[in-house]
Amino acid sequence: MFSESLERFVNYETIVTTCTYCGCGCGLLLEVLDGKVVGTLPQKDHSINQGGLCIKGWNAHEFIYDEGRLRKPLLRKNGSPEEVSWEEAFDTVATRLKKIRDENGPDSIAGLTSARCTNEENYLFQKWIRAVIGTNNVDHCARL
Amino acid sequence: MGTQSEASGRFESITEEDGMEKTREKMSKLLAEKEVSAILALKMSHGHPTPYVFAKPEELKDWVTDETRRYPLTKILIKIARGYPDQVIGIPVRGCEERSLIELFKNNQLRMNKVKTIGIVCTQEQANYCRCDRPFPSQAEGAELAKPVEDISDMEEVERLSEEERFQFWMRQFGKCIKCYGCRNICPACFCPTCTLEDGALVKPGGMPPEVPIFHLIKAYHMADRCIDCGLCEEACPMGIPVRRLYRRVKRSIKDLFQYIPGEKAEEKGPLEFLGDGSYELPGSGK
Repeated sequence: MFSESLERFVNYETIVTTCTYCGCGCGLLLEVLDGKVVGTLPQKDHSINQGGLCIKGWNAHEFIYDEGRLRKPLLRKNGSPEEVSWEEAFDTVATRLKKIRDENGPDSIAGLTSARCTNEENYLFQKWIRAVIGTNNVDHCARL
Repeated sequence: MGTQSEASGRFESITEEDGMEKTREKMSKLLAEKEVSAILALKMSHGHPTPYVFAKPEELKDWVTDETRRYPLTKILIKIARGYPDQVIGIPVRGCEERSLIELFKNNQLRMNKVKTIGIVCTQEQANYCRCDRPFPSQAEGAELAKPVEDISDMEEVERLSEEERFQFWMRQFGKCIKCYGCRNICPACFCPTCTLEDGALVKPGGMPPEVPIFHLIKAYHMADRCIDCGLCEEACPMGIPVRRLYRRVKRSIKDLFQYIPGEKAEEKGPLEFLGDGSYELPGSGK
C-alpha cells in the first residue's frame, strides 16, 4: 500500500528515568523520536511525583542539545579558556589541588557537588573530599 | 472479520472478556498487512507502562492498556505525525482519547486519513475512577460497555456556594499553583504553537508567568470549546488544584450558550474559533 515509505520505521520510545534537578527524584519519561530527545512526560506510576512535575522537570530535556553545553574540558591559558585533552585537564586539577593542600592544609579546599550527578556520584564525591583531600568542607547545590 | 471492519469504518472496537488478546491480534494484523506503518500505544518497559511506537507485530507482546495510568497518547501522536506525515499510524483509543482525536482533526493538528483508530473500552472500575460519562469509543460493537458515570458533584459543590465564597474558594485553590504548566502540557486538546500563556506580546519574556487568577482563567477560556473532560489535567497537577471542575463549568457554559459539545462531531467547528484557519498562530509569533 505504501511500500516505499515503509522502509523508514517510525521510531518513537519513552525512557523511564529520574529528574536530575533537585533531591526529590521525580520519575519522568524522556520522549525519544528518531534518536533525538524531544520531550518530557511525568511518570504516572512513580511513587514520589505520582504523575506530576514542576516546571523544571517538565523541561528537563531542554538543556541536552543546548549550544552552550560544555562537551570538552577547557583550561584557562593566557587569560582565555582553551580546549584541552581530558588527560591534561585531570593532570592540572590534581597537581594544583595537591599543591594547595600541601602548602595551606586540607581545610583550604572545599567541594561543592551537583544535583546533576547521581546519588552514587555524590556519595563518591564527599568520600573523596573527606578521605583524599582530608576536609569536611563539602556541600551540594540542591540542599533545598 | 475483514468485512466487518470495513463496515464499521474508522472506529473499530473489539473488547470482551478476552478483549485485550483480540485487540492485540487485530493490531498485529494491521501491522503485518501494512495497513498501518506503526501503532502508538503503551508498552510495558521495566515494569512501567510507557508510550511507545510498535513497528513490528512481534513487539506487541509487550502492549498493555494500563487502566489508571493514562498518558496523553493522542497529543504525542501530533509530534510523531509531524515527523512522518505520509504514514498511517494506528492508535488504540478509549472514549476520551477518541474525543481528543476529534478535536485534533477538527483543528488540523492531525489528518483523519493518516490515523487508524482501534477502539478499546474502559472497565467499570476505570469509568468510576475517572467519573467518565462516556467510557467507550463510538464504535465498540460486541464489547461489554461500562456504564456511563454521570457525576458532576465536584462542580455542583462549588456552584452551591455564594458568589463571594466561590471566589474565595477558587482564589485559595489557584493560590496553590506552582506554575508548572503541567495542566497545559498534558492536555490532549491543547496544541497552539504559541501558547497565550507564553506569547511574548502578552506575557513579558523572561518575566514571571501570568498571575493568579489570570493564568487559570486564560486557560479555562481557551479550553471552553475544546475540553473533552478527560481529567488528565487534574491528575497532572502536583498541587491538587481541582481544575477539572473549572473546565467542566466552562464546558457547560458553551453547551448552554451554543449547544456545542467538544469532541463529538469532527465536522463541527468550535464556537470560539475565530483566529482564521484553525492553526491558532498569531502573525509574527511562533517558535
